[in-house]
Amino acid sequence: MAVKTLTIDGKAISAREEQTILQAARENGISIPTLCQLNGTSDIGACRLCLVEVAGIPKLLPACVTRVGEGMEVSTDSERIREYRKMIVELLFAERNHVCAACVENGHCELQDLAISVGMDHSRYDYMNPKCAVDITHKRYGIDHNRCVLCGRCVRVCDEIEGAHTWDFQGRGANTRTISDMFVPWGQAASCTSCGKCVQACPTGAIFRRGSTVAEMQKDRTRLDFIVTAREKKQWIA
Amino acid sequence: MSSTVAAPSKTAPAGGAKGQPSGDNRYKMLEATMKRHQYAADSLIEVLHTAQELFGFLEVDLLLHIAHSLRVPPSRVYGVATFYHFFSLKPKGDHTVVICMGTACYVKGAAQVVSAIEALGGIKAGETTPDGKVSLMTARCIGACGIAPAVVLDGNITGKQTPAAVVDHVKGWLGNGS
Amino acid sequence: MDLNDLLEIAEKENASAKPIRLRCCTAAGCLSQQGDAVKNALQQAVADADMSDRVEVIGVGCMGLCSAGPLVKVDPDGALFEQVQPQQCASIIASLNGGGPAEASVGSDTIPFFSKQHPIVLENSGRINPERIESYIAAGGYQALYHSLREMAPTDVVEEISKSGLRGRGGAGFPTGLKWATVAKMTAERKYIVCNADEGDPGAFMDRSVLESDPHRVLEGMAIAAYAVGATQGFVYVRGEYPLAIARLKTAIQQARRMGLLGTQIFESPFDFRVDLRIGAGAFVCGEETALLRSIEGQRGTPRPRPPFPAQSGLWGYPTLINNVETFANIAPIVTKGSEWFAGIGTEKSKGTKVFALAGKITNTGLIEVPMGTPLRTIVEEMGGGVPNGKVKAVQTGGPSGGCIPAAHLDTPVDYESLAKLGSIMGSGGMIVMDQSDNMVGVAKFFMEFCMDESCGKCVPCRAGTAQIHKILTKVTDGLATSADLDTLRSLCEMVKSASLCGLGQSAPNPVLSTLRYYPDEYQACIDGGATAEASA
Ligand SMILES: Cc1cc2nc3c(=O)[nH]c(=O)nc-3n(C[C@H](O)[C@H](O)[C@H](O)COP(=O)(O)O)c2cc1C
Ligand code: SF4
Ligand code: SF4
Ligand code: SF4
Ligand code: FES
Ligand code: FES
Ligand code: FES
Repeated sequence: MAVKTLTIDGKAISAREEQTILQAARENGISIPTLCQLNGTSDIGACRLCLVEVAGIPKLLPACVTRVGEGMEVSTDSERIREYRKMIVELLFAERNHVCAACVENGHCELQDLAISVGMDHSRYDYMNPKCAVDITHKRYGIDHNRCVLCGRCVRVCDEIEGAHTWDFQGRGANTRTISDMFVPWGQAASCTSCGKCVQACPTGAIFRRGSTVAEMQKDRTRLDFIVTAREKKQWIA
Repeated sequence: MSSTVAAPSKTAPAGGAKGQPSGDNRYKMLEATMKRHQYAADSLIEVLHTAQELFGFLEVDLLLHIAHSLRVPPSRVYGVATFYHFFSLKPKGDHTVVICMGTACYVKGAAQVVSAIEALGGIKAGETTPDGKVSLMTARCIGACGIAPAVVLDGNITGKQTPAAVVDHVKGWLGNGS
Repeated sequence: MDLNDLLEIAEKENASAKPIRLRCCTAAGCLSQQGDAVKNALQQAVADADMSDRVEVIGVGCMGLCSAGPLVKVDPDGALFEQVQPQQCASIIASLNGGGPAEASVGSDTIPFFSKQHPIVLENSGRINPERIESYIAAGGYQALYHSLREMAPTDVVEEISKSGLRGRGGAGFPTGLKWATVAKMTAERKYIVCNADEGDPGAFMDRSVLESDPHRVLEGMAIAAYAVGATQGFVYVRGEYPLAIARLKTAIQQARRMGLLGTQIFESPFDFRVDLRIGAGAFVCGEETALLRSIEGQRGTPRPRPPFPAQSGLWGYPTLINNVETFANIAPIVTKGSEWFAGIGTEKSKGTKVFALAGKITNTGLIEVPMGTPLRTIVEEMGGGVPNGKVKAVQTGGPSGGCIPAAHLDTPVDYESLAKLGSIMGSGGMIVMDQSDNMVGVAKFFMEFCMDESCGKCVPCRAGTAQIHKILTKVTDGLATSADLDTLRSLCEMVKSASLCGLGQSAPNPVLSTLRYYPDEYQACIDGGATAEASA
């Protein structure tokens, strides 16, 4: 197993060659903001919050999909990166209708955490106020598209871990929407096994357990990772 | 331009595809296409092209039939069908007017032609008049840049168009009632 | 099939040509102006005049000067008739028989529009019949493939392309030889060749024209590439909006297969190569290579981060070589005439020629092919004939990923580096001329609306950023923006450019940034004076 040595924010670290910058950073206690990345599912590099600078490369690189390299000098916290991250979070807030005070996820939401960590107090961009549906036809869960950030975690967890592929995206651009089966209400999606994995995976209050009241919904994402690790290492086979 | 967000259909169609009268030749031809591609999941777009050619548009039942045949999750079929602007999930009107909004046509005033027809039909680009008579669509360069602005009226490419001329033509289609 | 068979077909084809030939353009531009009716009328007139023994009417591809279409050229050394109407055809045929001058307007093929061209990619366009493989073979077609398969090792072919200095014509200008070498070096049980014919730039039609006018040229280039890198299967991904190009490609593939120029053991060598078509379905982003690959795999056309590059992991995970139509069309001539010949054309860093689609406020619209490094002024003013009753204000190159070059920079040579320095790009070859009546804020908004509509929606900067940029531009054109909005606009453009996942988002701000750079007054005027900008879509 080849080992690479590199620096992240000046700190010398070593990492296995198949690791991403994000994994190496996390192992060494350096935090890089992420949103679309979810342990246990494939990395897609879509939200762009994990962008970092690497000395000698003019382009910004997404830490979640970029492999470590020998002698890399990574910087995760330059002024430019901080500003871009803040803009991305503001864009997300302006894109849909996020009313945190009325959200089941209030206090446990990854988007909210991001807003706090980038120091955003309001969005400098105009709110788009799109019309978004709320679907509570599923007997246990619900989806509120007003809070969806299109990270695709539900799509991947349902496809890659549960194997149901209930979710996918329809449309494109700003008109993209998360859909279940042939764009039917979730409660009528025959493929859904009601396993609840997408509920755990969703970073915001978009997918929630029904009956949760404001600020009550707390998700346990480590459980997903646990399932995948157990499966990969065949821990459940006696 | 045209919005692709629709409301989910109210009811889930039961199980497989219904409405396949065994006499419907179109299903046979669709079947032949899928067979030629060995029912491979990655032939989805090719199959959707054929289906739209045969049926004019892609009804949900038809999409379900394709999903089952190719063994592709229904949500993915729907996702693909709505990603590409070529595919239409709604029937088109009796007549179609396609206005080129490519750069060459844009600088020659195509936007004004679009607005004029939108006002006339009370519809937006990508929509069909409520009476089902006229569909208004926009295109991105149909290769007739030399005669911009170009407008396709029921399949016939016409060039050097003006808002007034196109309005006149479309008025004929809309008939008395409007 | 071997070389002698090829030569025999060529000889037979040339021998059967009649003394007088009327080339009639049947490419999409002329067809949309009744080109088909003209061709039929000419054929009818020949039959009526009983001249079938010495006159023939041939449907050919685009002759370039589409704005004057439908075009008819008489060979050898006859007139070039412009804007031919079906009812004029009898008199054209009569004129060949000494029946006095034809009642059709006669153009000249010695005007700068034609004389300043250097056709390589388009050398057969408008000359051969694109629906007959024999016509291509008679023009020397498929000899380069023979030469490669029988007389060159794959590495020699890669070497030759590298030495020619050819760079990709799809927009980015990546060295073609380097890309081929990467794919050739990969060890894999299977490799693929993909021809990118998704031509998304609205207002550009070079690739379409090449496919409609000389489809075999592209197939031959793909086959040579396949041999060089060790691939056995190819795909041409064509825009669904190009029915004629699709039909002609289908015909061409069938003909080549029947002659054994595609398929197994081509030219009695161990080399097998098969080509299939994939039809696009209306998504600009599918021109981006990773999105295109997903689309071939039957999925939503969303790009993915690179690396891995398609050359390492492409279709179904196998090494895949993707090149543009025009890039492939350059291959056969390079193999035939040698890399030195090719490298002698163009500039230091941009070799060969480039095809441009001239459109907008310009007298001669159509297709031209000029050596790299030709000054913009030569193209726009001399060849294009300038703006009718007006002055050039700007030239837009690179479409939605490019920028506006103001008239003051018309003396810039057209090559990859010079255009980039001006904040635009070479792009695929669209060139739209704007005059004083065009409002540049409106133009920027037009392109931003395009990018917003075409964004795949996967990454946040492009999906949400283009929508916000468009919203700010709308405020500007509506006269509701403040100077602070312009600052927001600028910073947002910089972020979207640096943070987006794929080239669409990374280049979407270019039209805004270039107009902000060259026409700040027009933005300021909107802010000071309210809604002065042309109300646009
Ligand atoms: C948004 C976007 C659209 C593109 N559209 C096209 C296109 O229509 N045709 C094309 O050949 N390349 C297009 N490209 C470039 C391709 O990704 C790729 O670089 C090219 O096909 C490589 O071929 P080349 O090396 O021969 O240029 C596009 C790139 C982007 C980012
Ligand atoms: S509950 Fe499970 S099966 Fe149902 S949509 Fe969510 S992840 Fe998929
Ligand atoms: S519903 Fe949740 S997990 Fe799914 S895309 Fe939206 S925000 Fe992401
Ligand atoms: S830049 Fe735009 S088109 Fe490209 S991946 Fe991101 S959203 Fe999709
Ligand atoms: S976490 Fe890396 S791009 Fe989203
Ligand atoms: S831009 Fe309209 S035909 Fe090309
Ligand atoms: S299409 Fe006929 S000259 Fe271009």
